[in-house]
Amino acid sequence: MSEGHGADPLHVPDAPHRPGDEAGFVEWPWSPEDLERPDIDCDAPETASLAEGLVRVLGDDNKSSGNWDPKLPIEEMKSGLEHMMRLRIFDDRMMKMQRTGKLSFYMRSYGEEAVAIAQTMALKEQDWLFPTYRQPGAQFVRGREMVSMICHCIGNEMDNVKGRQMPVHYTYRDGRFISVSSPVGTQFSQAVGVALASDYKGLDEVTITWIGDGASAEGDYHYALNFASIFQAPVILNVVNNQWAISTHKNFASKNGNFAVRGLPYGIPSIRVDGNDFLALYSVTAWARERASAGLGPTHIEVLTYRAGAHSSSDDPSRYRPSDIHSFWPGGDPIYRLRDHLKEIGEWSDEEHQKLSERIDSEVMAAYKEAVKFGDLADGPYPSSDAIFTEVYENPPWHLEEQWDEMKRWRDS
Amino acid sequence: MMPNMNMVESVNNALDTMLSKDNDVIMFGEDIGYFGGVFRTCDGLQEKHGKHRVFDSPLSEGGIAATAFGMGINGLRPVVEIQFADYIFPAYDQIVNEMAKVRHRSGGEFWCPVTIRTPAGGGIRGGHHHSQSPEAQFTHTPGLKVVYCSTPYNAKGLLISAIEDNDPVIFFEPKRCYRGPFYGDPHNVPTWSGHPEAEVPESHYSIPLGEARLAMEGDRCTVISWGAMVHVCEQAIRDSGISCDLIDLQTLVPWDREAVVTSIEKTGRCVIVHEAPKTSGFGAEMAASIQERCFWSLESPIERVTGWDTPFPHTTEWDYMPGPDRVAAAIAKTQED
Repeated sequence: MSEGHGADPLHVPDAPHRPGDEAGFVEWPWSPEDLERPDIDCDAPETASLAEGLVRVLGDDNKSSGNWDPKLPIEEMKSGLEHMMRLRIFDDRMMKMQRTGKLSFYMRSYGEEAVAIAQTMALKEQDWLFPTYRQPGAQFVRGREMVSMICHCIGNEMDNVKGRQMPVHYTYRDGRFISVSSPVGTQFSQAVGVALASDYKGLDEVTITWIGDGASAEGDYHYALNFASIFQAPVILNVVNNQWAISTHKNFASKNGNFAVRGLPYGIPSIRVDGNDFLALYSVTAWARERASAGLGPTHIEVLTYRAGAHSSSDDPSRYRPSDIHSFWPGGDPIYRLRDHLKEIGEWSDEEHQKLSERIDSEVMAAYKEAVKFGDLADGPYPSSDAIFTEVYENPPWHLEEQWDEMKRWRDS
Repeated sequence: MMPNMNMVESVNNALDTMLSKDNDVIMFGEDIGYFGGVFRTCDGLQEKHGKHRVFDSPLSEGGIAATAFGMGINGLRPVVEIQFADYIFPAYDQIVNEMAKVRHRSGGEFWCPVTIRTPAGGGIRGGHHHSQSPEAQFTHTPGLKVVYCSTPYNAKGLLISAIEDNDPVIFFEPKRCYRGPFYGDPHNVPTWSGHPEAEVPESHYSIPLGEARLAMEGDRCTVISWGAMVHVCEQAIRDSGISCDLIDLQTLVPWDREAVVTSIEKTGRCVIVHEAPKTSGFGAEMAASIQERCFWSLESPIERVTGWDTPFPHTTEWDYMPGPDRVAAAIAKTQED
């Protein structure tokens, strides 16, 4: 028989802060001047310092600097700010609607607005987006109407998903925004396939995809890195490390806390970027796109951020973390940081910010009023339940035709 | 007087009972540790039994199943949670090819006493990835036992049996019934309070796997169901005014053939009801077995009332889930000459 080892059984990690604890984070040692911007044909080991460090552009002084400064035109920055503000206001409106039963469920992007917006803006319009439920903001960049997004969320007659999926599971082919699936992680390796199809067809299309820190524990994440590396897929693989998977802290997804470095042993150039720094995100993504477009293969990016809100409308984070913890995040708030930068360079004012906020608010309200004209989850009308049977297959086989008739008899009786 | 528990509480109580009774019982899954699970079924268990016995896992269903497998063959009795049955498929290989077969493939040298708990079924506006009933995908796997509880009382008794069983068990919990029985009317949602099946002893008890529960007794038709649909059937039988046996199967593998045969020999008629799609659903297996055993007792064709052969919808789920009207009509149809 084996001898006992005498120690406490099992090493089980914990989150650093629980309700009642004083919240706080270690100050970041990284600044915008730290890191080189390597040539796009670099190999994975040359990016080790980028993976171990943190790419930043916006400093604590609200100025932009360093090798990664994308030097964006002012209008581009203002456009990014507007998209982010729109997403936050939109999310807040939808959450209020959820509380009144107009939709069954909702997920905000609170604190992570920069991620999909900056990254999508850094791409070209022909590039494919393969998101999770935390990247709806990309649709604003690709021109989707808010009314259409709300109609999906409230599951009314105009829902383009036809009442089949839960809210926030958007699909928007016109914007090359691929259908969101609930099972976490699946899109990550699928995106490699999307990218390889573009490569096969000889098109200058890059695919970007995202996965959470929590979901990086799924096999799909590792399949993606291996396939992307081996076949040199034109894909941008982002791990959005927002520290939380519902109540599960990232300590359950990574022992050393760094997700970026995982790309290196797969031979993929890897970078960690401040996910609340709009300019750094933009810049890193543009670099990755350049690489992919030049046939140099995948880039692996850890987007370091913080889930400021609840996982979803069904979640109450005050049960498992201090309720004010997000306000201590060293990366601050992505909207305020870009706003403060624009103010710092004399291109923006509090008055303009307030005015823009009010304009967006009234646009969101108008979109909401327009959308509910077509019904909502509380009161209908809903998409026809015929949609249960359509598009299961390209054409319904006989057994579905029969069941469809039976459903109609019950529904219409 | 026994305490009244809803199904969240009775599952919690069963887990607590087994953690207290057997040091080899160990629990992990997504969000079940500090937080106590997204449905609260594991609430307070980490605090009471320690972080090394009840803990969060990485988001990796395949990893959860594989780790449980390893612990199981090395003498522990893991009880793991897959947060939604819809998310079990990354674990499918580990369950179907590994857990289910290890006793056989190792010539009996290794076995895997793992219980996989997972909330299943619709009725919570969960769309197609939070509503499925994938029991038939496991009943088709030799080596697995498959259990589907329906009430607070049988949830505890069956879960204790599942944990004590030395074979791997998939334990489905109908999430629609966590807080009350579901009679098919989304606008009238009672709680378990005052329900006789919500009288749950605090102490250890078990309901043997493989035994069905006779939920209602009658003589003109045998209605067979499991999970949330048991309550829908109860409503349908009341609505139909026809005297029926209602058999709550409880365990799907191995199922209680004797109870079913005995009932059908009495009634001569049978309706099978499940939420899962019809094609290759467990109802098909039952209908085939029933005609083998009861062909000469049957007075009318066996009826099946099931979910459609489509993904589970979000906004229109009440047009998908079998309701009392469809079940009552099927019962009536079996009475036609």
